[in-house]
This record gives sequence, structure tokens and C-alpha cells, in this order.
Amino acid sequence: MTFFNEMYHDGEVRPPYARLEGWTRAMPAELRQMKQAEAEALFRRIGITFAVYGEGGDPDRLIPFDMFPRVFTQDEWRRLERGIKQRARALNAFLVDVYGRGEIVRAGRIPGQLVYRNAAYEAAMAGFVPPRGVFSHIVGIDIVRTGPNDFFVLEDNCRTPSGVSYMLENREIMMRMFPALFRENRIEPVDSYPERLRRTLASVAPAKCAGEPTVVILTPGHFNSAYYEHSFLADLMGVELVEGQDLFVEGEFVFMRTTEGPKRVDVIYRRIDDGFLDPLCFRPESMLGVPGLMDVYRSGGVTLASAPGAGVADDKAVYVYVPEMVRFYLGEEPILPNVPTWQCGQREDLAHVLEHLPELVVKEVHGSGGYGMLVGPRASAAEIAAFRDRILADPDSYIAQPTLALSTVPTFVAEGLAPRHVDLRPYCLVGERVELVPGGLTRVALREGSLVVNSSQGGGVKDTWVLAE
Amino acid sequence: MLSRTADNLYWIARYVERAETAARLLEVGARIALLPSAGQGYRNEWESILQASGTAAGFARKYGDPVQRNIESYLFFDRDNPSSVAACIGRARENGRIVRTALTAQMWDALNTAFQEMRALERRPRSEMELSQLTEWTMRHAAMLRGAIEATLLRNDGYDFLNIGFALERADNTARLMDVKYYVLLPRVEFVGSGLDNYQWTTLLRAMGAHRAFHWAYRGEVTAAKIAHFLILNRQCPRALITCAEAASQHLDRLAAAYGMRGAVQDRAARLVADISRLTVEQVFEEGLHEYLSRFIGEIAALASLVDDSYLSGDIW
Repeated sequence: MTFFNEMYHDGEVRPPYARLEGWTRAMPAELRQMKQAEAEALFRRIGITFAVYGEGGDPDRLIPFDMFPRVFTQDEWRRLERGIKQRARALNAFLVDVYGRGEIVRAGRIPGQLVYRNAAYEAAMAGFVPPRGVFSHIVGIDIVRTGPNDFFVLEDNCRTPSGVSYMLENREIMMRMFPALFRENRIEPVDSYPERLRRTLASVAPAKCAGEPTVVILTPGHFNSAYYEHSFLADLMGVELVEGQDLFVEGEFVFMRTTEGPKRVDVIYRRIDDGFLDPLCFRPESMLGVPGLMDVYRSGGVTLASAPGAGVADDKAVYVYVPEMVRFYLGEEPILPNVPTWQCGQREDLAHVLEHLPELVVKEVHGSGGYGMLVGPRASAAEIAAFRDRILADPDSYIAQPTLALSTVPTFVAEGLAPRHVDLRPYCLVGERVELVPGGLTRVALREGSLVVNSSQGGGVKDTWVLAE
Repeated sequence: MLSRTADNLYWIARYVERAETAARLLEVGARIALLPSAGQGYRNEWESILQASGTAAGFARKYGDPVQRNIESYLFFDRDNPSSVAACIGRARENGRIVRTALTAQMWDALNTAFQEMRALERRPRSEMELSQLTEWTMRHAAMLRGAIEATLLRNDGYDFLNIGFALERADNTARLMDVKYYVLLPRVEFVGSGLDNYQWTTLLRAMGAHRAFHWAYRGEVTAAKIAHFLILNRQCPRALITCAEAASQHLDRLAAAYGMRGAVQDRAARLVADISRLTVEQVFEEGLHEYLSRFIGEIAALASLVDDSYLSGDIW
């Protein structure tokens, strides 16, 4: 398999990377190591760490940061931007629809059981339309590239996509360490993200809110692996970071406990899962949520972002139908295509998948973070046999995709620069407007040959540049 | 400000102050133990340290006899002892992590650096470290946090909650440090006024970093009365009980003004300040130093409980 190298292509340096060649040449190994150590010290000092689910070990582990940036031209970005916004609109239209009249199901464009019997479908939301018809206010769309003009959407994240703090901090640290690079290259800034996020959230304030809405971020607490991000965003947005115990319901509203008495809360950007939001409505044993929250939400006393039940749109089985959503709701052709996907729940697809397991990537429909996944070309015969049994036991729970020839970007490794595979997660904001900052989080598989970029599987991150014209 | 945030800030200050006190206690102990204390050996002195820090029972359960080495470990490194330097630094940093948004970068840096260095210290063999290194290390980091607060933090309610925490903890701790004297001397009343007695008082001053300050303020002979005056009644002394009580009261008043709401907690603090202001050294000794200090520690605990009810629990309104 050959891979598209985003910097060196057809024996030449592609234009957006032109100035980076001189930069790396002028950097001797010792300087590079010094800078790398400096970057790590900065991250550690700032306190960005990321605990990995189920791994135990050091809760203060850092995600490796690679100093070699990933660069997009203005043209490339414009296309991505249009495609991402289009997709975010369609996903939200879908959510409003399936919690409403269900036109897309009636029209036979998506199987009803896939939607209504989906574990992420939230019956408590049926018949409810959130403010401005937005269910998913921050849509993280994972994109992979296989050629100069070939971009695919790998998956959608409609609930609470994480990682945006890395996008912001990677940029801060690059600017601090290599100011000259930012003078030579005209790079679009990303630092307006927190302010735009705050505006987006304020724009979906509930009907009963008069005046400037009070926005808060609801976190499961400081033991959560993404706690740093929660606190970082709260800080930059200038809003309170609350835990469930800080909130309570009184009458028709939600209040937070402050040193000056109760203060009303209008919009909750919640970073806890649906099931934990309200013990009276969902999991009764949840200590993280707020009893009575859902009643207030449904009666228009508070807005939850994202809305409960938004997960039905980013399910890996529903993913297959997103291009159909774009056509159905927007009457447009999808700008960014899906990766071809086989649904093991369908008989012909299953036969094909079982026959081609060594070539395919098989994913669990409800899994995330790179867990419960088979990368055929990298798996042993025994692993493949074991996975075959798992698929046969529950075919509905698996999808398969061809092993994509993910593009590579030069990355600093022990021996110098070497190509490593990357993906991209931009963060699309949906409120009064649909917008995104020019950039995103580039994740890189640091192990040679690895196609898995998840931080839990040895992935790192890079600063992502969009060049101004 | 969220009640929980205020609570975390308040406890950051208390833990850091408490860590510093644990280190100072260790220093008092080490110096007193160097004395030829008339056949008593070092045991009583070290016992008194544990009594004063309120950790005697926990120590006895874990180690039994008060041996210097074990006491050092218990007061500095032992996470089973909630008042040890390591435990306090760990919890202060944990509280800081929870309320990162309410801290300035320098404050977080001070807390986080202390924590990271503590982890490095814990990995080093004990034989490589002198006690004085450990106590100095603790005081240096406490000073860094205080400096960061003073230099970088907005003078908002968060600043007041931190300072209330510092003031109440320090008031409590100064009283406890003075009480060490009581435990050391209790069985040997005839020592009062002797050379040994004065040496012990001086050691106490040294441990509070107030030795030179004392001489500037009083000059001449070191006497129990002068030291008691200095540590209880002299507003110039930064650790004096009156200074701490006034600081707590001032910051509570600032909160009342900022929130436009006065309550029982402000009144209680004002009464405490008024009571100490009227007090004389003679009255303290008449009541008995230990008795007075015990009563004062109780007053501080009551005030702390009112602070909790009024602002930190978030339940009262």
C-alpha cells in the first residue's frame, strides 16, 4: 500500500510545507531535543495531562506532542469547512426529525429499528425540540485523507467531543517556542474558539431566560480524564465549572450554590454522559447529576448542550446513512464522503466482511477510543479468528471498512524526521450560527506503520495550521 | 463564586499553612532534643511535638515509642498522617487542580512544583536528607505560594477566602506551637525561669522564624512574659494570635461588604478580636497558658465552623 505524504509528493515539497523544509534543516538534533524537552515541561507545567481509560498508571500522563506541524492550504480548508458545516447541519436536522415526526424513517431512507431501538435513542426526548432546533452544539467530525484531494469522514461525534484544549495549547506552545515560524508563515489563528463557544452556548438560551444568559460547564469532577479540558475551557470562556453537587433544582429553574446564595443557570454545557444527568430520569444511582434537571429542561427552564439523545446521530451504524441525511434534509450532495462501510448486520455485507477480514478494519458499533477494534492487516491469524467469533455472535454490533491508506505527515522520531499517519478532528459549533475556527486537532500514530491515532493506543498530537491566502 | 470553589481555596491555604507548621514543629523538636535535659532523654520532647500537633494517637498506633526517626517520617512523609507535610502538600495541590480556574498561573505553578518536588523527595533515600533540608524546603514552597497570591491574584472574594484560611490555620497553629512548651515543662515546674526554660522559649521563637524579629521588638532578656506577649498580643508579630484573628476578621468584613451581607460569622470574629485586645499577659498566665491556648483553639474552631456554614457549604441560603 502506498501512502500520500502531505509534505513530500511526487518528489517535490508541496507548497504549504515549503517553508518548513528550511526550518527543519536548520535545526540540529540537539536543539530539537532541547525544544522537545521544553515543550514537555511547558505542558506539564500548565497541567495538561490525560488519563487513559482502563490503563491505570500515571494519572498525570502527557499526550506526546510532536513539534512538526500539519499544514492545510486555504483552498483545502475551505472545502473541508463547507463539508463539515454541511454535515453538522444534517446531523442536527436528523436529530430534530427522529425525536419529532420521523420523516426520514417514514420515507424509508433509514431503517426505523436502527434509530428507535438504538441504545443511544433517548425516549425521554421524544416530542421535544431544543432551543433553535439544535441537539448537538459541538460536532467533532473525524476526517482522514488518502490523497491530494481525497478526504473522508471517519466518524461523527455529536455528544461531547474532547481534545479542543489540545488544539489551543498546541498552538500556544508552538508560538512560544518558534515565534519566527509564525512570522514567516501566515497562519490563521484559532484562539477565538472559547469566545465563539461561549457565544454559541449563549445563543441557545432557553425561552424563559431574560437578559444575559448564565452559562456553566458541568464536569463529572477532577478524577475525569478530560478534567483539564473542562477547567481550561471554563477559564477561557469566563464561566463557572460546576459539578452536579453545585447545582440544584428549585421550582422551574436550575440554580448553582454560590457564596452569595443561589444563582440561576440558563445553559449547561455538560461534559457528563446522558445516563448521569438526572438520577430521577436516568440512572437512579448517579451521584454526578442533578435531580429534577430533565423536568426543568423539558419545560424550557434551562438548556443542555448537547441535548440528551444526541448520540443516536453519531452511532457507527447510523453513520452509514449520514450522506443520505445530507440529501434528505438539505437537498445537497455531500461534500465530504463517508468511508465505504459494510454493516455486519446485513447478510451480504457480513459474508463479504468474513471473507476479507485480513484486509479490513472492523469496529464495534458502540465502541470508541480505538477499543474493540480489529485492524486486519496488522492482526495475527489468531486475533482474526477470535474476532470472527465475536462478529458472528452479534453481527449487528459490528461494521467494517477498508483499511484506508491514511496520509502521513513528517514527524520527529528518534532518528530524525519520518512519515507517520495522521487524522484530523475539527470542532464545528452549532447555535445561532454554524461556524468553526480554521484548524483542529491533528492526531498522529507515533508507532511506525501504525494506523491507530487514538491517544490510548500510542497516538500523539500536532499543531494544525491553515495558511491564510 | 461557587461555594465549592471558595471551600477549595480556603483549604488550599489551610493545608499549606499546616504543612509549614508540621515542618516548624519538626524543627522545634530537633532543637529541643539537642538539649541536655537533665536525664529525661529526648523522649519527652518528641512526645510533646506529637501532642501539640494532635497526632500522638495516630503515631502511637502505627509506631509505638516516639523515636526521632519515626517521628520525622510520620510528620513529613507519612500519608497516613493527614497533617504530614506530604499529605498537606498533596491535598493542597489536589484542591488547586479542582479550582484551577480560580488560581493564577503562578499560584498553580507554586502548588504544582511543590507537589512534583515532593514526589521526587519521596523517591530519595532518607539517609541522604537532613531534617533541616526538609523543613527549609517546606517553608520555601509555602512562601512561594504566598508570594504568588500576593503578587498575582485579583483582590476578589477568592483572595479573601484564601486569607481567611491562612489566618485561621495560623492562629490555631501558633497556639499549638506555644503549647509544645507546656507539654515539655509540665512535669518540671521548677525549671520555670531557669536557663533551660529560656533556651526552650528561644527555640520556639526560632522555629517560628521570629527570633530576630523578637529581639528587634523587645531587646534585652528573653522571658516567658515577653514571648507570650509577642506571640499572643503583639500586632507586629505576623504569627501572633491577635494578628491572625484581626486578619480573619478583616477578610470576613471585606466579604460582607462585597456581598452586601453581614452575619453571625463577622460578629463572632469581631468579638474574638475585641477579647484579645483587652487581654494582658498577666491574665494569660493567671488563667494558665495551656488553659488559655486550649480555649483559644476552641474559639478558632467555632469561627471556622461558622465560615463553613455561612459560605462554604452552600446550604444555608
